[in-house]
Amino acid sequence: MEFIEVNNCYKIYKNGVTALADASLKVNKGEFVFLIGSTASGKSTLLKLLYREEKPNKGEVYVGGVNVSKLRDGKVYKFRRKIGIVFQDFKLLPKLTVYENVAYPLESYGMKSSEIKGSVLKALERVGLKDKYRSFPHELSGGEQQRVCIARAIVNEPKLILCDEPTGNLDPETSKEIMDVLESINKDLGATIIMATHDKEIVNRMKKRVITIKDGVVVRDKKKGSYDNETIKNSKA
Amino acid sequence: MRLLRIVKRSIRDSFKSIFRNFSLSFASVSCTVITLILVALSIVASYNVTNMTDKIEKELTVIAFVESDATKEEINSIRKDIENIDNIDKKNIVFRSKDEIKKNIGAENAELKSIMDTWDEGENPLQNTFVLRVLDIKKIKETAASLKNIKKVTLVKYGETMVERMINVFDLIKKVAIVLVVALILVTAFLITNTIKITIFSRRNEINIMRLVGTSNSVIRMPFLFEGFLLGIIGSIIPVCLTIFGYTYFYESMGGVIFSNLVELVEPSKIVYITSLIILVIGSVVGMFGSGQAVRKYLKV
Repeated sequence: MEFIEVNNCYKIYKNGVTALADASLKVNKGEFVFLIGSTASGKSTLLKLLYREEKPNKGEVYVGGVNVSKLRDGKVYKFRRKIGIVFQDFKLLPKLTVYENVAYPLESYGMKSSEIKGSVLKALERVGLKDKYRSFPHELSGGEQQRVCIARAIVNEPKLILCDEPTGNLDPETSKEIMDVLESINKDLGATIIMATHDKEIVNRMKKRVITIKDGVVVRDKKKGSYDNETIKNSKA
Repeated sequence: MRLLRIVKRSIRDSFKSIFRNFSLSFASVSCTVITLILVALSIVASYNVTNMTDKIEKELTVIAFVESDATKEEINSIRKDIENIDNIDKKNIVFRSKDEIKKNIGAENAELKSIMDTWDEGENPLQNTFVLRVLDIKKIKETAASLKNIKKVTLVKYGETMVERMINVFDLIKKVAIVLVVALILVTAFLITNTIKITIFSRRNEINIMRLVGTSNSVIRMPFLFEGFLLGIIGSIIPVCLTIFGYTYFYESMGGVIFSNLVELVEPSKIVYITSLIILVIGSVVGMFGSGQAVRKYLKV
């Protein structure tokens, strides 16, 4: 079995919108995968299935051998400790400082303060924000906030990092910095990264595996792929 | 150890959150302060009303008149019969002989004394009486009837109609006071839980983030519970101070009575501490409960 397997998943929301229709994909350990597609193509939903924010109506999702689609509500939090999630809107706790935000997951698991300190500083160093650890989120720029979010995602040394349009709110220059951070995490830590995006430049420059989704189905899966405008446009037609 | 660390961090986080969300904390605390002051006032008032009615009721006496020709033995047997009536306060059975009454009246009124002094020994027309108190004032009518049934008791007096009306009125006042206090407590609980709910509603995003980074529901809930508890305690401080110092000041400046000696206030030391305790418990429990309720709403995985 592969590290991540999505087998023939269907997701129909309560309002009748079909987000996924028979979507399947497999991802190996250590891969860096782009998930592209137009708005409402289903890529966010696919990510949500992977971190169990949503359950598929049909089909199965396996992450690291765990059948996520069958995970009971009470056990979801334990599963989430093994993955890191980076969001487009950062989702930082507004009243906590940078350090506290990154430390929060570890603290809530009950780790020792001394161990937490080491892990947090290491994570902050990796994203290049060590000197701003006492700032509050609102005192940071968008790119810095996103780096805090990445630090929080990697602080627990997860094997899988899910990114939902992490550069969606950032300018091209900052986006490039963020992608450099993510790529180094992929290379140095060996973490599998799945990133949903519609940033054409990033996808074309990085030359990673690209999975294209249209109308809730995987329509194209290419190693060292590029942002294929044709496929996406066709999906709209 | 792990649990201890989590609890310790929850307490630390709850303090942090109170200070960093100052305006929200302030809103909850002021709501708590105002409503709890009302509760404190109503509790103190109802204590005083109950105390006053109890006192008046206790001072009611029943007088049983004994036939003038009753011998000493007969009077003793009457006393025994009286003691056998359940509702009679056994410690407060006072016998007044006619000579004693004569002396008392004489001491109060010189004119009457001069008249009474003309009476010869054995000519005293006054009657021997028993001055009695009842335990349960509501049964005074039945008690009077059984007193009257005792041999050689000629007359039983207790201010019938006035007393009965007063008992009814007092009963109503006490009931109204209790209902008011309970209603006020319920309203307070409702107001405080709602204020706290609103403050947490504005933080539902935070709860969602905590869930996304893998925090268990109980660990998410804990600091919110402590926070609600602390806000409740903080909100009780002013009402408690007002109860203790305010009521003591009021009592002393009034000299312990209202208007005249007729209405005595309850001594502060007898009620302020229990009232403060009630206020503290309401504040903290309601705060914690409201907080827990609100968080639970946003904890659906």
